[in-house]
Amino acid sequence: MNTQLDSKVPAGALEEKWTKHRAESKLVNPNNKRKFDIIVVGSGLAGASAAASLAEMGYGVKCFCFQDSPRRAHSIAAQGGINAAKNYQNDGDSVYRLFYDTIKGGDFRSREANVYRLAEVSANIIDQCVAQGVPFAREYGGLLANRSFGGAQVSRTFYARGQTGQQLLLGAYQALAQQIAVGGVKMFPRTELLDIVIVDGHAKGIVVRDLLSGEISSHAGDTVVLATGGYGNVFYLSTNARGCNVSATYRAYKRGAFFANPCYTQIHPTCIPVGGTYQSKLTLMSESLRNDGRVWVPKNKGDNRPPSQIPDSDRDYYLERKYPSFGNLAPRDIASRSAKEVCDEGRGVGPGGLGVYLDFAEAIGRLGEKTIRERYGNLFDIYHNITGEDAYHLPMRIYPAVHYTMGGLWVDYNLMSNVPGLHVLGEANFSDHGANRLGASALMQGLADGYFVIPSTIANYLATQLGKKVSVDRPEFNATENEVRKTVAKLLSIKGKRTATSFHRELGLLLWEKCGMARSRESLQEALQKIPSLREEFWQNLNLQGGDMELNQSLEQAGRVADFLEFAELMCLDALEREESCGGHFRVEYQTKEGEAVRDDADFCHVAAWQCTGTDSKPVRNVEPLVFENVKLATRSYK
Amino acid sequence: MNFKLKIWRQPNQKTAGEFHDYAASNIPAEASFLEMLDIVNEGLAEGNEDPIAFDSDCREGICGMCSLVINGIPHGPGKAKTTCQLYMRRFQDGDTIWIEPFRAAPFPVVKDLVVDRSAFDRIIESGGYITARTGSAPEANSVPIGKPIADLAMEAAACIGCGACVAACPNSSAMLFVGAKVSHLGLLPQGQPERKSRAHNMVRAMDELGFGNCTNHYECEAVCPAEINRTFISRLNREYRKAAVREAVAVTVDE
Repeated sequence: MNTQLDSKVPAGALEEKWTKHRAESKLVNPNNKRKFDIIVVGSGLAGASAAASLAEMGYGVKCFCFQDSPRRAHSIAAQGGINAAKNYQNDGDSVYRLFYDTIKGGDFRSREANVYRLAEVSANIIDQCVAQGVPFAREYGGLLANRSFGGAQVSRTFYARGQTGQQLLLGAYQALAQQIAVGGVKMFPRTELLDIVIVDGHAKGIVVRDLLSGEISSHAGDTVVLATGGYGNVFYLSTNARGCNVSATYRAYKRGAFFANPCYTQIHPTCIPVGGTYQSKLTLMSESLRNDGRVWVPKNKGDNRPPSQIPDSDRDYYLERKYPSFGNLAPRDIASRSAKEVCDEGRGVGPGGLGVYLDFAEAIGRLGEKTIRERYGNLFDIYHNITGEDAYHLPMRIYPAVHYTMGGLWVDYNLMSNVPGLHVLGEANFSDHGANRLGASALMQGLADGYFVIPSTIANYLATQLGKKVSVDRPEFNATENEVRKTVAKLLSIKGKRTATSFHRELGLLLWEKCGMARSRESLQEALQKIPSLREEFWQNLNLQGGDMELNQSLEQAGRVADFLEFAELMCLDALEREESCGGHFRVEYQTKEGEAVRDDADFCHVAAWQCTGTDSKPVRNVEPLVFENVKLATRSYK
Repeated sequence: MNFKLKIWRQPNQKTAGEFHDYAASNIPAEASFLEMLDIVNEGLAEGNEDPIAFDSDCREGICGMCSLVINGIPHGPGKAKTTCQLYMRRFQDGDTIWIEPFRAAPFPVVKDLVVDRSAFDRIIESGGYITARTGSAPEANSVPIGKPIADLAMEAAACIGCGACVAACPNSSAMLFVGAKVSHLGLLPQGQPERKSRAHNMVRAMDELGFGNCTNHYECEAVCPAEINRTFISRLNREYRKAAVREAVAVTVDE
């Protein structure tokens, strides 16, 4: 039976919703805040900012991360920048314009009110980060500098060299460290969530494994906040850190939380191409490079001349040709698909023909090498180190790679999932980016959720929970722990021949081919047929060394791969049932003659929120209609 | 490419470790050092041996999680890079490669090549922040910061917290790590109110956690993946002296 999803979006004018909602939200008085324990899982931008802010307010916070320090969460790897509607450049930016760009960039598949709120608090984020000492780039006069980014015609991106994510995360981490020092937050590094504990229908705790000792234990809280990132690593190769996984959100899904739009995955257009099967990850070259780099391939198939010997007349600057007004700054999904097209036509460059050029010759001629070095020096260094090539004199070779996942656990306007007490922030939720995320918007969303949204909305739940504290003595904790122990024991007992990596790689390749940049009914049906047999083989033939009561990285990995093997099916099912093309979800059946995506607003202008009905039965597809009161649905055009 | 590996194996913190010999065969020159270890680990698992434990996460040189001493050098040969950014083409076919964990008393070995660097978190908790309650920040452009100062603060802020500086130092000093943070925050106008207590508390924490003193070897700077400059150590010394004098004459209020 389908469930009604209540987004709890407040009534009233778009511009007034958030202000009104805050004014009408419940409050918890300071004496009572002390009595509440909040469990925050994840210490990236969303998790660290939430944990620090909630502790400052007086709540008791426990924060968990699997890395050896909260400072290492994968937000740290974001390079390019963070958007904010400050209009410092006097170029016509506004909250509404950032809102509209984000809605349009997401191909009209996100919730209006959430996106408007995101744009609204974006300016506060910059203030907050500057106050913490985040060293954003500045002009000579001492004021903050901006640059432009894909999918926008204004310069609203704040940056700290090519290390914006690092600097923002360190700001949040330092705020967290301060709260750890004063006892507001108790930090549990090297601790991995293995399950969520549901008591009387509410999320009231978690079961974790201490990755050093192997000990499995329970933690009870008044509410659980998941900020555990995205699931890009389901593809094995992605720009995500090795440890990124779907386990926390997937386990929540199995405990009743709805998983929304899992098929919305973002393929980033500018990554260093794949080298060989040994490869463990793909490295992103920031999108900001497209401000000055020009993307091209040879006009003719099989043109194997070195790039310097190919004259302009034999080059196809395909983004500039196809999208004259946005050119090389076309949004990510469009830029990625265009790269795939020219490579499929046999015009790709580099080993295997899976690459396109990103050329800085013109920019270096115009601005000088010094300026380019100042802007992108560290990116050019990374590229040189990995490929051995000097991009100041030779065009970079780039190719799309899995980078971000817009899908995630369904949440309402308060960022609470359909399971009462389970809040979800950052990339782990689905709410703000629709079917495609714009560059420099992930950092914005993570920090918006953690610094400004959850501190205001969490009381709406907690105020209903006074006097309802549960402890780990409740039988639900023991029962969940036992299930977790059983799974760990089962993984260790298989004693088969293939390592978790080998299964993960096979799964990833299958998804990249069948559920990657282009998807079809046939390819998805094929994937849906193959995944269960791969999963079956995993549970019969997994080679897992070592024991459970020690640091065992193979065991950690096996648990994550086991979840990916189930989640992959959900992703493909969602892709199959969304019979339209939108943003990062491109179904070959639904395109124009020119190869542009064709949305179906009559039938698919909604969020698909999947409900688990057991491991072996088909999940239920619940629907939240997307109501656009302020924006007119249009065909996205970047021409 | 083929390599002979001498790798430190240690079952846990309490048991003594030793070097074991492994062969790394048919390694592509384009593979990274950690991908080479991945290949070795796959082989070990297939032979029902316990894979070698080592830390890594982002594998793009920014998270600071990877931490090996390769042929005696933290993060291995080459300047300004982490272990994950080291590529096998840098080695000769047939090379013998020694691989150890970071060695420093405040970084105990957890297993094989994995060490516990939580002492760095304790140092940051002692004062490596600017107190700025969420929601109370003034307009971002209300305090201009000259580009040279902002750029210098960014240079210091680039530290990835990997701990190679400590591993390279004969005294296991954390002066470069602390110097970077004290400089980053102390250079900025926002960092002024807590400037003196920050330097004081972070140095005290560093001492208490068992890190040694700086005796000007600058091995830290030589191995630093983020190219943190040793002048930040001088800056820390100046900051700390000022703070210590104030403590000696019992000034307790920042003004």
